[in-house]
Order: sequence, then C-alpha cells, then structure tokens
Amino acid sequence: MNKNFLIGAALAGLCSTPLAAHAADIKIGFVTTLTTGGAVIGNDMRDAVNLAVEQLDSTMGGKSFEVLFEDDGFKPETGKQVTDKLIKEDNVDIVAGYIWSNVLMASYKSVTRADKIIISANAGPSAIAGKLCNENFFSTSWQNNQTPMAMGELLNARGVKSLYMMAPNYAAGKDMVAGIERTFKGEFVGKDLTKWGADAQLDFSAELAKAKASGADGLAVFYPGKAGGAFIKQYQQAGLNDVLPLYSVFTIDSISLPKLQEGKMDGILGSETSMFWGPDLDVPANKAFVASFKEKYGRYPSHYAAQSFDAINLIASAADMLDGDFSDTDKVRDALKKADFDSIRGDFTYGNNHMPIQNFYARKVVADADGNWTTSITKTVLESHQDVFAAECKL
Amino acid sequence: MRSQIFHKFGAALLLLTLLIVPFVMSYFGKTFWLDIFTRLIILSIAASSLSLLLSVAGLASFGHAAYIGLGAYAVGIPVYFETYGGNDFLAGYNGWWHLLLAVSVCALFALVTGAISLRTRGVHFIMITMAFSQMIFYLLVSLEEFGGDDGLSVDLRSEFALLDTVVLDIEEPWIFYLLCYVLLLLVLFVISRITHSHFGRVLNAARQNEQRVRALGVNPYGYRLFAFVLAGVIAGLSGVLYANYAYFVSPGMVEWTRSGELMFMIILGGVTSLFGPLIGATCFVLLEYFLSRWTIFWHLPFGLLLLGVVLFGRGGIVGLLTRRRRGELEP
Amino acid sequence: MDFTLVLTQAINGLQLGILLFLLSAGLTLTFGIMDLINLAHASFYMLGAFICAAGTLYFDSFFIGVAIAIVITAVLALAVEKLVIAHLYVRDHLDQLLATFGLILIADTGVHLIWGPAGLAIPLPPVLQGQISFGELVVPVYRLVIIAVGLLMAAGLYWLVNKTRAGMLIRAGASNRQMLSSLGINVQVLFSAVFVIGAVLAGLGGLLIAPITEASIGMGNDIIITAFVVIIIGGIGSIKGAFVAALIIGFIDTFGRAFLDTLFAFFMSVESAETAAPAVSAILVYVLMALILVWRPQGLFPPKLR
Repeated sequence: MNKNFLIGAALAGLCSTPLAAHAADIKIGFVTTLTTGGAVIGNDMRDAVNLAVEQLDSTMGGKSFEVLFEDDGFKPETGKQVTDKLIKEDNVDIVAGYIWSNVLMASYKSVTRADKIIISANAGPSAIAGKLCNENFFSTSWQNNQTPMAMGELLNARGVKSLYMMAPNYAAGKDMVAGIERTFKGEFVGKDLTKWGADAQLDFSAELAKAKASGADGLAVFYPGKAGGAFIKQYQQAGLNDVLPLYSVFTIDSISLPKLQEGKMDGILGSETSMFWGPDLDVPANKAFVASFKEKYGRYPSHYAAQSFDAINLIASAADMLDGDFSDTDKVRDALKKADFDSIRGDFTYGNNHMPIQNFYARKVVADADGNWTTSITKTVLESHQDVFAAECKL
Repeated sequence: MRSQIFHKFGAALLLLTLLIVPFVMSYFGKTFWLDIFTRLIILSIAASSLSLLLSVAGLASFGHAAYIGLGAYAVGIPVYFETYGGNDFLAGYNGWWHLLLAVSVCALFALVTGAISLRTRGVHFIMITMAFSQMIFYLLVSLEEFGGDDGLSVDLRSEFALLDTVVLDIEEPWIFYLLCYVLLLLVLFVISRITHSHFGRVLNAARQNEQRVRALGVNPYGYRLFAFVLAGVIAGLSGVLYANYAYFVSPGMVEWTRSGELMFMIILGGVTSLFGPLIGATCFVLLEYFLSRWTIFWHLPFGLLLLGVVLFGRGGIVGLLTRRRRGELEP
Repeated sequence: MDFTLVLTQAINGLQLGILLFLLSAGLTLTFGIMDLINLAHASFYMLGAFICAAGTLYFDSFFIGVAIAIVITAVLALAVEKLVIAHLYVRDHLDQLLATFGLILIADTGVHLIWGPAGLAIPLPPVLQGQISFGELVVPVYRLVIIAVGLLMAAGLYWLVNKTRAGMLIRAGASNRQMLSSLGINVQVLFSAVFVIGAVLAGLGGLLIAPITEASIGMGNDIIITAFVVIIIGGIGSIKGAFVAALIIGFIDTFGRAFLDTLFAFFMSVESAETAAPAVSAILVYVLMALILVWRPQGLFPPKLR
C-alpha cells in the first residue's frame, strides 16, 4: 500500500516540474477534433494554423507566440475539459478553434468566465449569436443559419418549388434547416434529422427512399465531414442524380471532393452549394493563402482551413495593435473588433454580436485545369449579410 | 493481520494525499489540479456506489452511468428553467431541491428497473441493466428543449442555503472540492457500515451461494433490490456533483462506455477493497490526464494497460499490493 | 405512405438485419460455446472493412480486396485468440468485458495510426453499381448483393452446424460445455476454429457495408451493442435465433426511422415528432430486449438441452 503512495507522490512530483518549458510570450489554445472521423476536419484546420504560424515566423506584435492544440474527441464534454485545461493549466491568452456547435456551447463559458477571449474558427450556433451572445466571443466563420439562408435564396433563383431536407440531429443541423426555412419560398415536402455524434448514422437508405417517394424538385442536405462522403455515395447509388437534384451546405468541400473523385462519384459534378468563400474567390490574400497551402500540403484548403488561417491572422492583427500585450482583455477585445487584417474573404466587419458581416456565394462542383475536382464561385447570393440573431443580442 | 494494518495505513495516506495535493498544486499556481481532483473524487463516489453492487452483492450492473446522468439533469433542468423561464414547479437554483429531485428520480428508476432486472442472472443482468441505461440515453437525446444530443449548459451552481443564508458557496472551487471530499468520506463510511452489517452479510452470502441463503429461509431479492436502489441514489448524488463541477450536462454521460469505465475503475483498483474504487478512479483520471497530454493516440497505451490489468493483475492494484485474491472480502 | 416506399424500406430493413446477423453469428457462438463476451468482435467488423478498402485501392479490384480481407482477418483473429482470448475463457464476464474493451481501444488507435483518421472509401466495380427496377420499385444492385451474400452465409452456417461433425461438436458445446472435454475432443482447436469463423463473418459484414458507409474508425462500436441485443433476443448460442432476431431488429429499426415520425405527427407537433421518432425507434429495440429478458430469459430459440 505504501508503494501506492510512492507512486502517487511520484506522480505529484512529476506534475510540479513543468513538462515542457514554455518559452513563448503569447500562448494560443486551439481546440479541434484530432481523433475519430471528425479528425479529417481537425487536421485541415491544424495544417492551416501551422501554415499561418510559419508565415508569421512565430511572432506577432514583436513577441514570440505558440499554438497549443487540444483534441475534443468529437465530444462536448471532452471539449470542455481541454478548454479548462488550456485556461487553468497552460494559462493561454486566447482560445480558438471549435468545429462543432455543441462543443463550443459546452466550452465557451469556461473561457468567458476567466475573462479571456474565445474565437470560433467554425461553429456559429444561433444561441451564441443571439440571446447568449458574449462580448468575449468572436467568430472567423459565420452564424450557422447564414449559409443555408444563402442556399434558400439559391433554390429560389433556380426555380425549385418543392424541397426535401436532411440534416444530422444536433445544434448546427437544426440551425441549417431553420436557415433554409427562413428564405426558401417553395414548399417543404419532407425533413429528416438523423443521429449524430461519435456513432452517427451513416446508412441513409430509409431516408433517401422517403425523399425519392416525396417527389420533391430538390434535395437539400447538410452532412459535414466523413458523413458527407457516405451520403453522396448512397445518393448516387440510389440513382437519384437524375430525379432529385442535390443542393448541399457544408457537405461537398475540399475535404470530401478528392475522395468522391477517387470513388468516381461523378453524379455530383455540377451540383451546387452555398458558402462565404471558395478556393477561387478573387481576393489577393485568398489567392496567396490557397497557393501556399497547396504548395505545402499538395491539396486544396477547405473553408475550415481558411477560417482557421483567418483566426490566427486576426489574433496577430490585435497583437500588432497592442505590441503583443494581451494582459488587458478590454484592449484585446477592442483590437479584435476592428478586424483590421487581410482576410481570405476580403473586407468584412463585425456585427454587434461579433459575427462577421460578409458576402455569400453560390459554388458549383467542377474539375480544375489539372482535372482535380473543386468548387467554383458562380454568383453572389447574399451581399454584406448579417445574421438574423444579431437583433436578439444585447451587446 | 499485518496486511490489514498496511491497508488502513495506506488508505489513510491516500485520503490525506487527496486532501493535500490539490491545495499544494494550486499554491504553486497549478489551479487545474483542483479540477482534476474534483472530477476524480466525484468519479470515486460513483464507482464506490457501483462497487456496493459489484463487490458486495455480486451484481454486475452495466448501466450505472444512467444514474449519474439522471442526477446531473436533476440539476441541469431546474437551473435551465430558472434562468430561461418555463416550468415554474421544477425551476430553481436551490441545491436542496436538486438533491431531492435527484434522489427521488434515481430511487424510483432504480426501484422499477431493479425490480425487473433482479429477476435475471449473470449475463442477462448485465444486458438488461445496459438496456435500461440505453433507454435513458435515448430519452435524454430526445429532450430537445434541453439540448438533446448537445447537452445543456448549467449557468450557475446549486445554491445551498439555510434560512435564506448561503451556507455553502460552492461557486468557490475550494469549498466545492471540500464538499465532494466530505461526501466521499461519508459514502465510504456508509458502504463500509453496510458491508459489515447483517444486510451486507446476507448480500455477500447470497453472492457466494444463493441456494444456501434461500435454504436458511432468507429471500435475497429484497436485500438486492435495496442495495440496487441505494447504489442508484449514491450514483445520482455523484451526478448532482458532476453537473455542478462541469457546468454542463449531456446524454454522453450515460453512454454505455461510461458504465464500462466505472467498472474498469473498480477492477483496476481491486474488487475486494473498500478503497479499490477510489484507487481505481484516481489511477484512471491521472492516467487519462498524463497519457492524453503525451499523445493523441493515448487510447493505445490505455488499452494495453486495460488488457494487462485483466490478464496479469488479478485483484487490481490492491490485489497486487496485498496479494489478496478476489472473492475474499476484507474482514 | 405508398406501397413502393414500404417495399423499399422492407429491403433496407432486410439488409440491416443481414448485417446484424453476420455480426451476431460469431458473437452468439463464442458466447454459447466458450461463454465469452467478446466486445472486440466490433474490431473485426472494422478491420474487415479497412483491409478490404486498402486491398481494393491497392489492387484496383474490389474482389481481390475482399479475398485479402477475409484471409488477413482470419489470421489476425487466430493471433488474437491465441494471445489474448484463450486466457479469458476461464475468467468471469467482467474480466472479459474489460479485456475485450481494451482490445477495441487498441484496434481503433492502431487503425488510426495505419490509415489515418479519415477512414477509407471503397469504390465498387461497375458490375455492382447501378439499380434494378421492379416496376416502380428501384433497388441498388449492391444492396441485393449484401442480402444475397448474407443469406448464403446463413445457409452455409446452417449446413455447417446441423449437417457436419464439426457442427455436431459446436451444438454439443453450446448446450453442454463440460461434455465436450469429457468426450476427448480437442477443445482448444474447436474454440480457435469457432472464434476465427465468427471473426471472419464479422469482417465480412464490415467489408460489405463499407462501400456504402465507408470504412471508419470505431464503426463497429455502436452496432456491436445492437448485436448483443440480437443474441439475447435470439437465445445465446443459437444461430437460428440470431438470424430471426437480427431480422426483427433490422425491420424495427428501419421502419421506426422511416415511419414513426409520420405516426407521431398524428398526436404531436411535426417538430417534436421529427426529434422524438429517431430516439423512440432506438429505444424500441431495448424495450423489446427487456421484455424478452423478463418474459423468456433464455431467448426466443435457446439451444436445446441447456
């Protein structure tokens, strides 16, 4: 038994000696998914962050900085635990990242309670844009409803009269559905919310059969990450290409396209998505980002990567204004609010709820000059669009 | 005799370590250790309650996480209603109200499911308890108002007041930790008393030889049911603490793997000892912390360790230290 | 709700049932004969899928991928049986649960290390793509293939268990374990063989579903719990029970997902019906198991002479 105590004492001793000497002046925590199927997205984000760090030469505002990555394991609870660790143990100055709305919702209070800044590089749940908005929260992505609202407008423009919708059953999935419902003027003939999480439902046969039987003009879906690939495959296998045109948000992107191409899913060529950004968006900062990303990693960056890249550069812009002094959260907040940096989406401003006010585009799946599948922007659907929940935010 | 003294001495040392380490670490600016130790203590309470079933009564419940979830939502839902309006009957920050809810809901759920489950034996008992906890899991997932799959943020911790004066301000992490610690001592005391009571002896005898107990004219069903309810209530209590600790509740707390983790803690620590679950939970939490810090592939060494403990370390850590075999309860 | 839709869903339910059967067959045999709870069965389901995907991509042929996957899964299963599982037969169920849960963690992380987190897609050969129409009913060819292979396996197992000498031993083992060794049978070899057959069937299930869902890490960890429900309902040790129960669960799950929301919409708002339906259809399966356990703890088709 006393042996056990010795082990305990040894463990205690181990933790009191710093495991790694943190030399950097500024520490940024980055929470994303590095294990489970969701890691496909997390790795893309991490690659983009590392690219940004490299381009900044690990320096912002004249001070050295480092990024500490943590894995949320695709679970809200784990996400919150690692956020607590970043705040209380590593003493980071800012926490960024967060792919999933549910992980963000579970975690953000740990950051704001400590009066630090949290920057979402992807998730944008309606609650945090509206009722529960917080002055210490910033986004370098969008509010969940915006992209599907753009989709609704796109559907109207394409003359779709009746629509079937499918999305996973979690916060963002419901926000997506709500977004399309806000702007789409036709009739909704059906809707399915499927199981999500670490053991998400990936066989959509029952739902696809229903969608087909509904006789809708179009099928709108939201399946991020690996579920997207599985969905597209079954959509094609069920032979729906010709009968039920596909409109997707956050389903077909630079992560899923190479695999879809490998699987010869050419049914999706020509299908449309809506997005605030595209690899071919004609903005100098974006051209440079896409080129350097492709050079370093040999593939197109996804919007997840673009948003993460922006997050680091946004922080760097604040550091430049404050000479790298992040000790006064009020000053950091004011500096971030200016969003004074070369964003990959071009100019944008922050609304009262610290969500970007930005354009949304229609993108079509095409093959590029080298034959690789990518998306190409066809038209602007929403201009300088602010999310609808900003009105509910008291900031 | 010697091993018994060692056992008591070691247990006292362990409890003392748990009390001192987080304070020492925080003194050196590592406040996160208070978080880790709070979680560790709460899990120890849950694991201890399961060990009452597993070690004493020989009932391998594979759905114990359901009670943690129920207890946690007994905090989450009233706080949600109090903050955002809605059901006035349930709403409230009052900690006593949360406790009352948790205890009654867990007792009722344990009574009903226990009455059914205890009619089965062996692996059927494992499966039916898992089935009931899966039902709770999917029930919580379907509670859309409370976040469904995403879970629910708990905005404020429970308020423990007497005559309108807050007697325990658990928003203060120190006080919360001490509260958990004292509750753990209390739970360990209760379990130890039960083990050595007539009630515990009947359970133990029925575990070893049910026929003989029945032949003596005692029907163990009622005893087992009571143990099942008591274990459920204690696990519900740990759920109340967990919701307050994490400021967050979610159906993920009820996943079957969570019930498995509780079992792992007990077996890792040693099934025969009162302190086994505590030692197991301590090792589990610390291992998780250090391994996940070392590599994102920490499940690999963790899995190997699990395998190693089962294959070579019979009797868990306590067994290794005292060379006591499983099946012999401590005197 | 038209008839074609019901038929389509029936085929989907049948396909899910077949998959569950492939997974449960090995589970129920190892459980019945060796008294072993093997959570790691889920890992063979996943490994079958990943190895098949890797083989398919490397040799550019689905069929070679399948062959390789079956062989390698069998070898891996034999190794795991010899190294770990053989030591667990004499242990109690708790030890088995934990050790095999450890195996799951090891397998999941191993796959992550080898193939990365993304999972692998399996491209199907043109022969297996496309659809067949029966009047208004359009069914993807590949789903029919899954059903056909599954039925073939079920028939093969039925023949093996009921018409061969090995099968006689298996049946004997499932109903009375002690008898085997007293008959002077080499129990070790029989156990290894049963374990490997079970693992290969699980791997086959995984590689069959992977062209639809992709091979992904932990893909078996959820369905394994459903497979346990199947063998409890069917009766531990009974192939016939596993087959019937797998189909029942497959139909309940698919029809629940497909039609419960329409049903619920009659007495609650469409909104709540859409959220409640998937949860309730998932709960139904467990309610069924709980009922069976109370009403008939030995399951629907328990092996005789138990």
